[in-house]
Amino acid sequence: MSTTKTLALPAGLPAPNQEPLTKPYWEGTRAGKLVIQRCGGCGAHQWGPEWLCHRCHSFDLGWEEVAPRGRIWSWQRPHHPVHPALTGHGPYTIVLVELPHAGKVRMVGNLLCASDAKVEIGADVEAVFEPHDEADPPYTLVQWKVVD
Amino acid sequence: MSERTLRGKVAIAGIGETAYYKHGQSPDAEFKLALRAVLAACEDAGIDPREVDGFASYGDDRSQAVRLAAALGIKELRFSNMHWGGGGGGVAASVANAAAAVHSGLANCVIAFRSLAQGQFARYGLSRLGDTAKDDDAFLAPYGLISPAQRFAMKITRFMTEHGIRHEALRSIAMASYHHAQNNPRAVMHGRPLTEEKYDASRWIIEPFHRLFDCCQENDGAGAVLVVPADRAKDLPHRPTYLLGTAQGGHHRSAAPVHNAPEYASAHFPTVAKNMWAMARLGPQDVDVVQAYENFTGGVLLSLVEHGFVDPRTANQFLVPENLFAPSGKMPLNTSGGNLAECYMHGLEMVNEAVRQLRGTANNQVPDAEIVAVLGGPMVTPVSSLVLGTEATL
Repeated sequence: MSTTKTLALPAGLPAPNQEPLTKPYWEGTRAGKLVIQRCGGCGAHQWGPEWLCHRCHSFDLGWEEVAPRGRIWSWQRPHHPVHPALTGHGPYTIVLVELPHAGKVRMVGNLLCASDAKVEIGADVEAVFEPHDEADPPYTLVQWKVVD
Repeated sequence: MSERTLRGKVAIAGIGETAYYKHGQSPDAEFKLALRAVLAACEDAGIDPREVDGFASYGDDRSQAVRLAAALGIKELRFSNMHWGGGGGGVAASVANAAAAVHSGLANCVIAFRSLAQGQFARYGLSRLGDTAKDDDAFLAPYGLISPAQRFAMKITRFMTEHGIRHEALRSIAMASYHHAQNNPRAVMHGRPLTEEKYDASRWIIEPFHRLFDCCQENDGAGAVLVVPADRAKDLPHRPTYLLGTAQGGHHRSAAPVHNAPEYASAHFPTVAKNMWAMARLGPQDVDVVQAYENFTGGVLLSLVEHGFVDPRTANQFLVPENLFAPSGKMPLNTSGGNLAECYMHGLEMVNEAVRQLRGTANNQVPDAEIVAVLGGPMVTPVSSLVLGTEATL
């Protein structure tokens, strides 16, 4: 597992609310694991979290660790700061990452790269866990970096 | 069983709007703006406002139907309706809901409206989140994905990249709105023309496809239309404008959490457009003028594609300014200036413009316009669209 002590974005952005429906995911990232929903009824992966499997309507949704790898499905690079924490920070890169080995679910995170780096749809990426230990409650975000 | 349809069953008898302002500059409170627009629509229709018996809106409009009814001295309120979903996704749906109420006999005379005063209330383009982000936002906001533009940008990146569509196609969409606004004294951007050079030099909001002029304004104002049974419209002052087709909703799991909609690079119109054309018994080839909601120019591209107006394979060739300019373009687009340059009235201004085109009273009139389509706010979900026509199209 790969972790970083450097925050991708400045402190002060909203922290994730760890709700009953999503808590296993946040417990997973604290332990450096990427954990998503998997249906006990039909075996399909599901993301984001929901109470019901949209395929077979089973409420028996468990959580399973998946390999922290994917590929870039799409991306954007915001320049205009829309939150006070981002004022003066400059451009940053957001990626939508597809997990081909986990039902092709998609996750959103930051791409750890220079602010003018070329980004390619389809590029292989791996997760980098970014702990926010000082937060109350603490949480860990999942960022992405291109696999060399 | 008789055919279940709204085609030709109701008409828009009156349109109204306030003066349009830059955000925060309205001298009037939001509710006062709503009242002004409702009164203007009634006056335009030649109908006593006390006869209105229903209100329909969208986007969590704060001007509640019951308060409007009380303020206006409405005799009997028979229909009040709020369409789920944010922004302008529900603009056509509010007209459709008013139409369904009128046609079904729930009500007789229904206002569909939108009122916004962002000086009085919060802006859309800035974070309205607190210290923690809930639900979907918990997986987005900590990564700096917060504003509407950021929610939609990756749909645009994916679609444009996949189909090789150039940023110039989006520039043409912006140019059309600004071009038309120069001839529309109501437009907030009247007297502020846009050139290709100015567009190209404008700052990035989001790479790779959102420059400043790809993004809508934020404005204060209100707009309203008055919906009545088709029979009644014939006795009113204006040439009747009939609802020919409308639909709302979203395709399979279009609202799947955390950007997991199966058909992701979409404005979410595939089923809505199909249902609207089926009700109208028309297709994109029949339309004389298009009003396509611009939250962002990329969303207009997706809307036009999903309604069949533009083929992604020829988008670079087709989306050039001369094709989009009234009166002679192949597909006159956003002829009052739209959200980009007339006013961001969450698309209600586009319904008013569609009616003007069909009455023959638009500032940028398309000669002999008989059929006008209004494509509501794209990329949110649910979305909605409608198509209006003159009596000759019934």
